[in-house]
Amino acid sequence: MKKKKKDITIRNGRVVDPGNGIDEVTDLHLSGGKVLALGQPPENFQPLLEIDATDQIVCPGLIDLNVNLREPGNEHKATIASETACAARNGITTLCCTPDTLPVIDTPAVVGQIRHKARKAGYCRLLPQGALTKNLDGSHLSEMAALKAAGCIAVSNCYTPLANTLVQRRAMEYASTFNLLTIIRPEDRHLCNNGCAHEGKVADRLGLPGIPEAAETVAVARDLALAETTGAVIHFHALSSGSAARTMAWAKREGRKVSADVAIHQLHLTELDLEGFDSNRHVRPPLRTDSDRDGLRKAVAENVIQAICSDHQPHEADAKSSPFPDTEPGISGLDTLLPLTLKLVEQGVMDLSSAIARLTCGPADILGLPLGRLTPGYAADICIYDPNRQWHVSAEQIHSAGKNTPFTGWEMPGRVTHTLLKGRLVFHEERL
Amino acid sequence: MSLSNKALQLDDEQRLLHFLTIDGLDRSILTEILDTAEGFTGVSERTIKKVPLCRGKVVANLFFENSTRTRTTFELAAKRLSADVLNLNISASATSKGETLLDTLRNLEAMHVDMFIVRHATSGAAHFIAQHADPGVGVINAGDGRHAHPTQAMLDMFTIRRHKGEFVGLRVAIVGDILHSRVARSQILALNTLGVSEVRVVAPQTLLPSDARSLGVHVYHDFDEGIRDVDVIIMLRLQKERMRGAMLPSEHEYFSLYGLTERRLAMAKPDAIVMHPGPINRGVEMDSKVADGSKSVILQQVSYGIAIRMAIISMVIGTQNLRTQEVAV
Repeated sequence: MKKKKKDITIRNGRVVDPGNGIDEVTDLHLSGGKVLALGQPPENFQPLLEIDATDQIVCPGLIDLNVNLREPGNEHKATIASETACAARNGITTLCCTPDTLPVIDTPAVVGQIRHKARKAGYCRLLPQGALTKNLDGSHLSEMAALKAAGCIAVSNCYTPLANTLVQRRAMEYASTFNLLTIIRPEDRHLCNNGCAHEGKVADRLGLPGIPEAAETVAVARDLALAETTGAVIHFHALSSGSAARTMAWAKREGRKVSADVAIHQLHLTELDLEGFDSNRHVRPPLRTDSDRDGLRKAVAENVIQAICSDHQPHEADAKSSPFPDTEPGISGLDTLLPLTLKLVEQGVMDLSSAIARLTCGPADILGLPLGRLTPGYAADICIYDPNRQWHVSAEQIHSAGKNTPFTGWEMPGRVTHTLLKGRLVFHEERL
Repeated sequence: MSLSNKALQLDDEQRLLHFLTIDGLDRSILTEILDTAEGFTGVSERTIKKVPLCRGKVVANLFFENSTRTRTTFELAAKRLSADVLNLNISASATSKGETLLDTLRNLEAMHVDMFIVRHATSGAAHFIAQHADPGVGVINAGDGRHAHPTQAMLDMFTIRRHKGEFVGLRVAIVGDILHSRVARSQILALNTLGVSEVRVVAPQTLLPSDARSLGVHVYHDFDEGIRDVDVIIMLRLQKERMRGAMLPSEHEYFSLYGLTERRLAMAKPDAIVMHPGPINRGVEMDSKVADGSKSVILQQVSYGIAIRMAIISMVIGTQNLRTQEVAV
């Protein structure tokens, strides 16, 4: 039997709810796991718990559109339990996990198993992406209707390329039949040519096989054309080039049904960070130039890119303990998603409300889900953080099972103090 | 953790701890290497071809990629310094059994090896080993992927200095597969650091890095233009597999456009020298008459390779010795 959810009041915090245009110091009242009211409580409201949020920011729980939790199949890297707990510590209340697990998320049974494990852990809402093709083979469509019925919120083929443009077209069409969002990592595999770094001056000097910008722009142009033909709704995950960002701005002006996200590390690091061959900076798509980073920042500030994600790829130490090109790509990003986004505010890239929007209502709108806002009646998913607390990144400060971060030693703004999921406190900082 | 090339390769007194890349080293260090090598050229001509500088030291030739010339000259160099030499042909043993590079390294360190001379097919491999090696163990890069082959570049600089005296005022053309060449990358860095007046690269676009100019070179697609008035011509080996994978149409077309013939050589300065890191594909990148002709210094490069490698091994072992003594104190 379910316990009745407590009535809660979060007092005197600066409530930032960009989806509703709210930014004011006030009280927030929660009841029955849902948002009840802002400001004055209804009559006879008797909270069982009060959280003092003086000098803190109260915002909707964060939504991370793309994370790989490694379970099932790679539990030596991370587990659903370890990563959802980490998410809660970092104010993230919704995770969309990618289907490239072992086995692949291509049957309702795997979806059920993943959702069960997440519920059992109880830290975070886990929304799986289903595989676009069976076993991600790139040729045979998955049973998308069944995947949707089992709880998948989108379909994707991850890094695995589709066999050809006809399969790509059919997959988009079939997904759109069920109003399933198709998430695409835009990457032309032939142009990638087993590269591991941005094709440019740094890769030239370090002798690293390059991935040209065209590997991304060719794929974006191709898939935009296919989406127009099919009428499918598509979402580009993890853009890395300024050129693709400009194409997105054009598509938006044209009124295309397309959205995009960017991994937070792409807004801070560039190819120049590859000096010294630090394998924690080996990511896919690769870190590109200063002007690409600036183009992506501009697109995020202008809401051309509506979501910032962690592109969380936790790894065990061995996966990164080889010469750079031989290591597995990816950054463990959950612990740094909010602080690195707040850093963009510090650096004047955008205002706080826009930054919070890219982590809350932005991704929620891409998924078409009633999340990411403090609208009365919405799930009481809340993140409370202290904007005045600075901390330094170190292995001990990384709560993900994957310690593979390139941000070691960076000073980060903002520390999450409380996280609520459906009105339940799933994390609160133990004060000394 | 990543360190800049400078921080990884040099100690506080600007002495060589490792020798991984020319990148980050200044002219005085390169000149010191050349001068030290000058002193070692005599050793090979003596009846007793040994000096006791590295007696009691163990040098491991860690070759993950096949090599004859480089491995042999490193072995000779270490032996002439009186070091004990281990030759490990790793591609055939450990990695095929699934041992990681780090495990291989740890096992050899447990045998108290003082220096690793590393060749590996992956760019950054020598950096990786230097970052993980115990203090007191020096690492020399004998070629990593497309990244660097700094001892080859230094023996080429030595050859050029022997023939031309000064670097200032020289024009050097490097011809062929620049894209995949670790030799070219290291040569370009060394030539620019030593102050030549112009480095040219000559190749079709498919064999050039995406932003070749950023390496500090002038780019030529026409060999006849690129060779005009140069003092030094460095021909690179063309790997035959480049004919697959749409890099080049045929050996025939390549030779007609980028092969070094006597006719082309006549357009360079009259006293120009012709170099090649070996092994040569006769009739692909170079006509036999040129390879064996009076301007070719290709075999001298090989002999100088021993002196250069003696210089670098002794400098690195010397610095690492100081480092371990400091730790002991």
